[in-house]
Formats: sequence, C-alpha cells, structure tokens
Amino acid sequence: MSDFPRGRTAIVGAATFGQGKAPGYESSDLAAIASVMALEDAGLSLADVDGLFFCHPTDTMGGLSFAQYLGIRPKVTDNNRTGGSAFQTYVEHAAYLLDAGAIDYALIAYGSNQATATGKLVSTVQPMRYEAPYRPLNPVSSYALAAARYMHQYGATREQLGEVALAARQWAILNPEAFKRDPLTMDDYLASRMVSDPLSVLDCCLVTDGAAAVVMTRADRARDLKRAPVKIMGAAAETHHREIGWLEDLTVTAAARSGARAYERAGLTPADIDVVQVYDAFTINTILFLEDLGFCARGEGARFVQDGRIAPGGALPVNTNGGGLSCCHPGMYGLFPIVEAVRQLRGEAGDRQVADASFAIAHGNGGVLSSQATVILGAADA
Amino acid sequence: MDVTHPDAEFRAFLAQGRFMIQRSKGDGAHVFYPRVVAPGTGARDLEWVEASGRGVVYSTTVVRKKPPEPSYNVALIDLAEGPRMMSRVEGVDPAAVAIGMVVQARIVDQDGEPVVVFDLAEQPA
Repeated sequence: MSDFPRGRTAIVGAATFGQGKAPGYESSDLAAIASVMALEDAGLSLADVDGLFFCHPTDTMGGLSFAQYLGIRPKVTDNNRTGGSAFQTYVEHAAYLLDAGAIDYALIAYGSNQATATGKLVSTVQPMRYEAPYRPLNPVSSYALAAARYMHQYGATREQLGEVALAARQWAILNPEAFKRDPLTMDDYLASRMVSDPLSVLDCCLVTDGAAAVVMTRADRARDLKRAPVKIMGAAAETHHREIGWLEDLTVTAAARSGARAYERAGLTPADIDVVQVYDAFTINTILFLEDLGFCARGEGARFVQDGRIAPGGALPVNTNGGGLSCCHPGMYGLFPIVEAVRQLRGEAGDRQVADASFAIAHGNGGVLSSQATVILGAADA
Repeated sequence: MDVTHPDAEFRAFLAQGRFMIQRSKGDGAHVFYPRVVAPGTGARDLEWVEASGRGVVYSTTVVRKKPPEPSYNVALIDLAEGPRMMSRVEGVDPAAVAIGMVVQARIVDQDGEPVVVFDLAEQPA
C-alpha cells in the first residue's frame, strides 16, 4: 500500500520563458517571469502562493532570495539542491504537503541566465578531493565513464547514441520554443568533436538560458481554476551517490527504484505511459532511463532507440520538446520535462502533440546519475 | 588508533610512499575514500590497512584537449580489496586503456602532491 495522494493534487499552471538566449536578465528575473506566467495560466496570483519550491543556479539560499524578490512569505520553503532532479522531488513533497493541508498553492520555479552571463555551465559544485587530481572534465567525463561501460557491457555503438541526439533534434524542429532547430544528420553526429570518449559535443546537452514554473494545488481546488488540471498520479525519488565512482553498476541507476515506486504509487505500469520525458543531459541518459523506467529490457536500450522509435512518428514519444540535447538546458533542466508533460496532457503541444495522451512520465536526474526522481502525471479525464 | 583526520592521514601515508585504505574491524569491509564513520554500518572502527595496489579498470575515458596540450586518461579502478577509485592509467596511450585491464598502483608526485596512479600490471607468465 502506498500513502501517496494519488491523483489528489494537480498542476494547474505551467509556463516557460526565455528558453535559449535571454540577454539582459538575471536568473531570478527569468524565474520570476515564468512564475507569474504560470500563476496567470492558472488564474491565480502571487498572493495565493503559500509554498515555494525553488533553487537558484548559484545562490544556495535562493529560496529565501526568491521569496523576497516575489514579495511573498511562504509557509513552506523547499530549497533542496539534489541537482536537476530537485524539481521532481519538489512535486513529490508538494503533493504530500498540499494533501495534508499544510499549504494550498505550491509554486515550483527555476531560471538561469548561464548562457548569456558566462556561456558555460554555471554551478556551485566543488571538485571532490579524491577526483580532482585526475582532472575529470565534469560532468561530461562521469557520464562518459557510464557510456563506455554500457558500450562495453552491451556492445552498444556510437551510432546508437547518435539515434538519441537525432530523435531529440527532430522533436525540437517541431517545437517553436526549442533552441536548436536546424536539421541534424548521423554524419554530423559522427563528425562532431570528441570531448570525453565516447561522448562528443553532440552527445552533450545545450548550454542555454531559460526558466520554467508550475503551480500545484489540491484536486478539489483545481476544478475551480482556469485550466484543466494535470493530476499527479505518483512521484518518488532516490539519492544513490554523489560522484560517479560510487555507482556500483554504471549501467543501472537509482531511476530503477524511483521509477518502480512512482509506478506503484500511481497504480500504473510503463505500458500505461503515452509520452515520456527524461532528463537527457547526455545521450546515454535517455538509453539508461528507458531501461531503468521499464520501457525496454536491461541492455536493450541502445537497440530500442534505433530506427526512429523515440522520434516523431515512432512507437514511443520521448523528450517531445527536444530535450536538454536540443530544446534547452539552463544548468538544471528537471522542471522542463514536467512542463512538457503538462503541455502534452493538456493537448496544447502543437505540431509535436502526441495523440490521445492520458499519462506521462517526467523523470529528473541530478548530479552524475546521482539523484533520481520520477513523476507520473495524468490528464484531467484520465 | 582512531582515525580522526582521515584525509590528512591518507596524504601523510602517501607522502611516505604508502597507499593505505581503510577497513572496518567489525565486518572487515574495505573503505575508500577515507572517513571517520563506515558507510552503511555507521561503525566507528575504521583502521588503516595497506592496499595491495592491484586493480582492474572498471571504466575509462579520454579527456580530449586541443593540441599541443595532451589528452589524458581518466579511469575508474576496482581495487582488489573491493572499493573503487577514480585515477588514471599511465604509460600507455590514453585511448588504449581498456575495461578489464589489470593494473598496479604507483604513487607519483603531481605539482608537489603525492597522487595514486596506475600502470598496466605485468601479465602472469
């Protein structure tokens, strides 16, 4: 039995802002704009927000700073920093807190100006003293070690990793908000500069600006709001390690457990999921998470993504906004898969809309395959 | 001897040319990186033991640099005692390092700091 409030809370507002380049804005400006857009989408205002779930790219007390910026005094401020998976954990925590009546309206937000401010990944992460002497190019090298091990163990190829990059780009071409929309071929992929073997530039997520926000409330309140609610069916997380050397099997992540718990809480199985959003910081992530989340068997992921299976028109729509690889990646990407899942379940995804989508999964990854968190969402009538 | 300054003690051993890891007296499990509390059990009974230095490459990558700066190897090494550590394999082309290779630890001076790296082990005759 699960005590998760299955379907009793919902996302009632969602927004993105400044995906790609947003010159002139501070990170908090971007997050603030996305926040008021999400509240407007819900038919709510800042005055309604009594739970704030936020982390800032560099301000470790950003939850406090952002409450001040917005001029709100939340009863609950969740400022956890499990990396890009933080946003999935916020949804899980908000669901419990809303259902318990501790809060009525949760605002989950993120924004980063890293691309226009510095042109590179911005982070507060300090090098680990037992890794630093060996100069891994993190996070790329850590994921490269996982990719190398996966390829060794299952005979996977660079072309199969490339299929992930190509599928993401094909989805991005259908998304007017995506940053990279020029066509990408396998030849382009194979010719791209190697960064940390076996990962090349086109295996790596983008470095962009961008902001996103969602608003959650209880399902009973959601019915009175502007938009059809998107129900939170299940959510679960697991922290496994911090540095890549402490993941025993580099081909299996804690997503296998966060996913299994989220499915159990939702009363659903992978076969029920119509559209999949996973945190694709690197091409290998998509393959690992498709396995961990039960969409294919262990070791089958690289073959699974072949022949356009996860691309537009394929059997399983994955990362329909273009993902971190081709849509946007403003440092921590976890909230964007959630917003994309909401758009798909509302049926407002335009050219990339998946027909008759009832259930979606939005999976977040933090650190170097370190923290995994899974959210399963359902359409209003599902 | 209680371990109270695990990192400082580890480095002091390295400076003496000794690659030491920890072992929990209670369950005998080896631990790396150095700590004051054993992971999982919480036991405060970690003692220093000499590592054999023998290991196997669990995974490997090459960090690519723009020439003339040399590209270099980064690897995860499974130590014979159980723990895994990040390091690099020296003495061969960084791209020739392969998963499953048997390696042997060596302490080198890197910018004035002793650091554990690995060489390909002599294959048994």
